[in-house]
Amino acid sequence: MGKRTVIPFGPQHPVLPEPVHLDLVLDDEKVVDVIPSIGFVHRGLEKLVEIREYPEMVYVSERICGICSFGHGWGYSHAVEGLLNAEVPERAEYLRTIWHELSRIHSHLLWLGLLADGFGFESLFMHCWKLRETVLDLFEETTGGRVIFSVCRVGGVSRDMDKETLNKVVKTLRGMEKEIKELTDVFFEDYSVGNRLKGVGFITKEQAMELCAVGPVARGSGIRQDMRLSGPGIYNELGFEPIVFEEGDCWARCMVRIGELFQSIDLIEKAVEKIPEGDIIVPIKGVLPAGEAYMARLEQPRGEAIYYVRGQGTKFLERFRVRTPTCMNIPAMVKMLQGCDLADVPMMILTIDPCISCTER
Amino acid sequence: MSNTVKSPWVIHYDGSSCNGCDIEVLACLTPLYDVERFGIINTGNPKHADIFLVTGSVNEQNKNVVKQIYDQMPEPKVVAAIGICACTGGIFSECYNVLGGVDKVIPVDCYIPGCAARPEAIIDGVVKALGVLEQKRLAMKQGGNTPAAAEEEKEA
Repeated sequence: MGKRTVIPFGPQHPVLPEPVHLDLVLDDEKVVDVIPSIGFVHRGLEKLVEIREYPEMVYVSERICGICSFGHGWGYSHAVEGLLNAEVPERAEYLRTIWHELSRIHSHLLWLGLLADGFGFESLFMHCWKLRETVLDLFEETTGGRVIFSVCRVGGVSRDMDKETLNKVVKTLRGMEKEIKELTDVFFEDYSVGNRLKGVGFITKEQAMELCAVGPVARGSGIRQDMRLSGPGIYNELGFEPIVFEEGDCWARCMVRIGELFQSIDLIEKAVEKIPEGDIIVPIKGVLPAGEAYMARLEQPRGEAIYYVRGQGTKFLERFRVRTPTCMNIPAMVKMLQGCDLADVPMMILTIDPCISCTER
Repeated sequence: MSNTVKSPWVIHYDGSSCNGCDIEVLACLTPLYDVERFGIINTGNPKHADIFLVTGSVNEQNKNVVKQIYDQMPEPKVVAAIGICACTGGIFSECYNVLGGVDKVIPVDCYIPGCAARPEAIIDGVVKALGVLEQKRLAMKQGGNTPAAAEEEKEA
């Protein structure tokens, strides 16, 4: 047995776009234990509910994370609508679903690029990010923003998309499909990519359940869990069925996300076919009921997020609490890292798709 | 013009931003905006970097990290604060764990507004920062003190 060494990983590290610190306890090349420490990005935005009225908080909650920002705005709005018993127009729910699925495509392409960069395949990283720009152009055309849209409101959405724009969105995505296929075939078939991902960071179904893994991490280990089955949105009308892989390694998690790329395109096309005419927002006035609480659950690209709101009889919430997917996946990541080689550490950190600014808020 | 100005290397650190500006910084380096064609490379090593791009505001936990990265960079160096959070704290300026803009901890040469800052704005800011870098380099060449050394002298 060799001498144990501790290697600090982060907060500023080439594979991490965001600051998180891990102490890797090594026995020769094997990682025996991992001690994560967070807090570099903590802002304390939940406390802002004390000085921001509830319609304004949508903007703050969108800035929980710039990658899945639309989902955070939606989750918060859905929670407040639940607290006020407000009925959102159906067209608004359709539009929200379309934007949310577009965000999923952009987030997964971004992640595939970071993964490719993580195992040293730089041209693949560039290709993923090039494709992602097409989705960002769609965002800019439909909402006006590239990463933060501010179109979600309590009670609906602030912008509509006409028939022509909706058709253009579908047409652009269908045009992208071939390129995405070419790109993801590399992840499927390339020998060296498979070498870095297959059998690495294995986690069983039981372990994933015990550690409360969510999102693609859970689905990569064979758990059929997706908030789109029961959460807000119109997914039931679109015939949604989650993509599940049984292998439980980095490769399976990668395949889940690749499958979701194509699935999201299908979902958007179905939503565009079915979208009803009508209002996009209902006016919401009044104070939030005192002592009542509501919890919304939403499937973000990274997994299930929970939004808890509690009213106090004024326009200000008494408590706003967000539980984000990465927070739940960190224990699973620690489990994966125990017993792996030092060289595989970046792969495992990346395949949970860590979003530190969500986690710390 | 020196080689540093022809092909400046950048280092990026995420203070406590929401990732919006971070992914826009990375978007500048990828094919659509592609600043790599001008020789601008994103490095992970502060000792190789000429321009320090900071996104997000500073807090008690990360202010030492920001300061350490800045101190490790060789002279001449410039700092660009990207996004409203890095400039003033922005929407989070009233949060209890936000000290304010990056200029509370290190000297900032160039402020890039936006929430999130657009890639065009970031590129424009970096070009402005290059002008400052060239001035600093010339000042050093003429035997003047580096800005950091001058500051230390003032403190002493």
